Amino acid sequence: MSRHLQLRKFLVVGALICTAFGASAATPAASVATLPSASIYHLSTPLTDQNGKQFKLEDRRGRPMLVSMFYTSCQFVCPMLVDALRETEAKLTSAERERLTILMVSFDPEHDTISVLKATAEQRRLDPSHWTLARTDAGNVRKLAAVLGIQYRALANGEFNHTTSLILIDSAGRIVGRTARLGDSDPNFVKQVKATMQSDPQ
Amino acid sequence: MSSRRGPKPHRIAPQWLAAFAGLLTCASGAQAVEYVRIPAGTFSSVLASDAAPGPAAYREFDMRTNPVTQGEFQAFVSANPQWRRDRISRTFADAGYLQNWRSALVLANDQADRQPAVNVSWFAAQAFCEGEGARLPTWSEWELVAAADGSRRDARDDLAWRARILSWYARPATQALPLVGGAPNVYGVRDMHGLIWEWVDDFNALLVNPDSRSAEDADKLQFCGAGAINLQQRENYAVLMRIALLSSLNASDSTSTLGFRCVRPTH
Repeated sequence: MSRHLQLRKFLVVGALICTAFGASAATPAASVATLPSASIYHLSTPLTDQNGKQFKLEDRRGRPMLVSMFYTSCQFVCPMLVDALRETEAKLTSAERERLTILMVSFDPEHDTISVLKATAEQRRLDPSHWTLARTDAGNVRKLAAVLGIQYRALANGEFNHTTSLILIDSAGRIVGRTARLGDSDPNFVKQVKATMQSDPQ
Repeated sequence: MSSRRGPKPHRIAPQWLAAFAGLLTCASGAQAVEYVRIPAGTFSSVLASDAAPGPAAYREFDMRTNPVTQGEFQAFVSANPQWRRDRISRTFADAGYLQNWRSALVLANDQADRQPAVNVSWFAAQAFCEGEGARLPTWSEWELVAAADGSRRDARDDLAWRARILSWYARPATQALPLVGGAPNVYGVRDMHGLIWEWVDDFNALLVNPDSRSAEDADKLQFCGAGAINLQQRENYAVLMRIALLSSLNASDSTSTLGFRCVRPTH
């Protein structure tokens, strides 16, 4: 009898080991009960910023955010992307600017190390209080781009083909606006940013 | 019988046998999971690289011999309930996700466990592969293995073979999907053609316009022009249709004929 129980226990242990391995599959963030179903914060992307500080995508919950993807060795579009973000920011009131965070994630984790991101942030004089340049591993780059609807492909010469978008995320992580305009601010997009700041609880 | 109570010098403690049996239960589910080595070599993709046209070198990798079956996906969903159709976030799967199942954990019928898993989003497919220590194949990896027939690594110039794989696309999508386990190609990989469409890791990057670096309206440039001009082997419709389909998808989409398989890097 007790022998029987013991055997069953071991059988269960064996099965549990198996289940544990099966269940270790990488999965989205766990405690997301209150997030809207369409929130990008279901994706738990581990990120490192230009100062080497680690954070998760979902840490950005609670404030509206502009997000974009780029790579630092990009000579043409990416500087214009920064310009577009700056110009958009410039159209906001200082109170609105205070609350808006800006996140740019690199397509190119191999070359965009923390020190490269740091140098770029300093060179472009990006205010570190609400601008973040960040990196993650290649697999997470693909997932984040998929969630944001950004397409990219690595080329043999080290460049990346990519679609360029500035994406507006509300405080719960919903994508509420996007623009492909570069170098300048898009008036419709600025309107969407302001509307989101107003409707979003402080 | 005679030595029932006699000493057994190499007797394994029954509790360990039981534990082993427990593990075996799990292994038997995984028994059908087989990966084969795809050796390194060179290959001319239909998507020529802008910077380096012609054959490109690729490194070896292991590919799953079979597309993931519904039975295997059911086991994955049972172990990872956040991927159930009634719990999944809309960020990761649209409303069609696993809608061909009877309920959140039950397949449509007795045969269904051997049918390919379909109605799965890119995110769900990727998560399944991660559970096998793998990932989705890149387009290049998929295309490379799909170029093989039963005896040749690159059968693409054989018009009869092309016509055969093309005929699958004429099958009405309303018919029930056949079971996984068609004839193996030269690598030992099955069902690359004739069964389902398949997700790839970089599905949404295949036709990105090289001129997206320009400041013009990116929407206008996004899909047309240069990407298409770079296609090689334009008469290889079967493969080009795959690119067209994949390029039209979002990562949360699912369709009744779109499944997947996984690859494992060997380095």
